[in-house]
Amino acid sequence: MIESFAVLLVCQLIGEILVTAAHLPVPGPVVGMLLLFLGLLVRGTVPEVLARTAGALLQHLSLLFVPAGVGVMLHLELLADQWAAVGLALLVSTALTLLVAGALMAWTARLLGDKA
Amino acid sequence: MSHELRDIWVYLSASPLLHLTLTLVAYLGGRWLYQRSGGLAILNPVLLAVVCLVALLWSTDTPYATYFAGAQFVHFLLGPATVALAIPLYRQVCTVRRSLPGLLAAIAAGSLTASVSAVLLGRLAGASDTLLLSLAPKSVTTPVAMGITERLGGLPSLTAVLVILTGILGAMIGPWLLTRAGIADPRAQGVALGTASHGIGTARAVQISETASAFSGLAMGLNALATALLLPLLWHWLAR
Repeated sequence: MIESFAVLLVCQLIGEILVTAAHLPVPGPVVGMLLLFLGLLVRGTVPEVLARTAGALLQHLSLLFVPAGVGVMLHLELLADQWAAVGLALLVSTALTLLVAGALMAWTARLLGDKA
Repeated sequence: MSHELRDIWVYLSASPLLHLTLTLVAYLGGRWLYQRSGGLAILNPVLLAVVCLVALLWSTDTPYATYFAGAQFVHFLLGPATVALAIPLYRQVCTVRRSLPGLLAAIAAGSLTASVSAVLLGRLAGASDTLLLSLAPKSVTTPVAMGITERLGGLPSLTAVLVILTGILGAMIGPWLLTRAGIADPRAQGVALGTASHGIGTARAVQISETASAFSGLAMGLNALATALLLPLLWHWLAR
């Protein structure tokens, strides 16, 4: 448990250091995720303890957004001013994304003769 | 009596205990309601918790900084949790290896569509730059989306709320829209839901089939990576 938590933190720390040192615009934890992913590819399996710790963290992932989400109280005025732009962008862009990703996946699967 | 109560309140609101506890309790309450409803997307536990907490802080005149002093212990775990996303990502890559080329193309195109269309539509409708930056990663899973916005100079808290709204929207219209457009392949439906609506879309894909759910989970993870890498480059071009 402690070992695997340390693994996650070490990956995040290396990620943050790389991002700061190389002035990358990517978030540090994402670089950490990439490092861990590459590590797992090299290793070929997920160690049992790491899987358990990660599972415990990810099972309640959505709880972790709550503190940041409450911060919306600082921007209620901005949202009230521009709700129409936000609503339009969210609705149309989400519909477009669904169609583009879905159509391309269905089309390439057919092209490659990959049956569902 | 009221004097004593006020003393207790003053004491409690100065320690991190109160707001940490309230965060957990509000989330558990939201989750209970969501589960009781049989998983209705609109009753998203995070959204319910945020609405309750904002109402509570607002009615007690508590500044966000005071709340965050307690809630930051939960917030900190976002970093390691983002790193931990590598594990489901690794497992899913192994199970869907055969469909990987099509999947990568679909996700790259979906990632570009999601951010470019959100920024262009938002700008057309007169949104400010700060709002556009907070809107751009709206289809990416919340912890990564917040990280992207923060690096680019947007408002992470606004992003968190917009991301959740996008998830709810996609889960509600996704299966209907895709079926209407003649896209019935469960793999394609899964990829579309995961790319457009991250974890909330994936929760909806679980109800379609196991295949849809695996593809959706993978699409969510890869889209987060793709957008984190592409959006900062893209923003220079979009911002002109």
